[in-house]
Amino acid sequence: MINCYNTGSITSIWQNHIPTMPIKLESDIRTEITQGLAAAWPVCLGYVPLGLAFGVLAQKAGLHPLQIGFMSLLVFAGSAQFIAISMLSSGAAITSIIFTTLMVNLRHLLMSSALSVYLTRAKRIVLPLFAYGITDESFAVNLSKFKYSNWNIKRALVVNHASNISWIASTVAGGYSGQFIPAKAFGIDYALISMFICLLIFQLRGRKYIITAIIAGASAVILSVTVPGNSYIILASILAATLGVVLRKWIKKV
Amino acid sequence: MFQSDYIILVIGMGFVTYLTRWIPLSVLAGRKLPSWLIEWLDLIPAAILSALLLPLLVTTGEPRHIELFRPELLVAIPTFLFALKTKSLAGTVILGMLLFWLAGKIM
Repeated sequence: MINCYNTGSITSIWQNHIPTMPIKLESDIRTEITQGLAAAWPVCLGYVPLGLAFGVLAQKAGLHPLQIGFMSLLVFAGSAQFIAISMLSSGAAITSIIFTTLMVNLRHLLMSSALSVYLTRAKRIVLPLFAYGITDESFAVNLSKFKYSNWNIKRALVVNHASNISWIASTVAGGYSGQFIPAKAFGIDYALISMFICLLIFQLRGRKYIITAIIAGASAVILSVTVPGNSYIILASILAATLGVVLRKWIKKV
Repeated sequence: MFQSDYIILVIGMGFVTYLTRWIPLSVLAGRKLPSWLIEWLDLIPAAILSALLLPLLVTTGEPRHIELFRPELLVAIPTFLFALKTKSLAGTVILGMLLFWLAGKIM
């Protein structure tokens, strides 16, 4: 965690010494975009099957591709959108769909908090734009980049917005092609699960993370069959991370 | 569903989702956090991902119940090993889908 206070320091030193050089600056922006895209492409690719699957389901629930794109643009949260579609088809009220969306997305509070540690030097004006693109996947990519490389808010923004474009485009494409694709084709149902598997592995960088993940997984399973709804995700995560901090001295000795 | 109802629904969903993303950034960024909080936030991603994943693998149905021998869990094992070995997000997604699709054909 020593690293987190150094984020962006290299660029700021560089800017202090060479204040105005437009050609350099242009190539600098190009570097940020290339670096951002190099980190973003697996997320973008991962969103294609998910987005197509979502578009197909939404089309089957009676939405027009443009309505699908409108939701992907304003909400940009995969699991909440999937849940909203299933609630729409079962005739749920607007207020209960919005409330469920809030509950499912409460986990963003935790992700956004975790990212804020690395954004102490970022310009406050870009933070609202950055907030818009925080998803499970972009969060996991940006967090590990902030932690292990010379990452900055510009590159993180490229990751967020490239994933956003990929999500919107593939959900709309799914909406147009929905009528031609059977519901369970090509293992589309498994795209989300395999993405979570890989993102979890990115996070298991030591004993305390593994123990926390085991506690979270086990308690999520138990809570999911005992507590109705989706609150088990946030309950199990808070429980596991708290135990992880409380037990950290013991974990180091094991 | 009427067009205007749908627009209200999407704006409502977008608004609450944005709040969950924006509030911590606006409150926490630029402050020095206590070390226990940084440690706690550092464990959150592993916790959330595991809490999202495990119930998808071993529970099913409505009301939800535990069911261990499902293709979801079976396919997760080679997918997990592949991800551990390659650390490739795109490759893992493609392999997982392929294996799940094959499992659906066989089982």
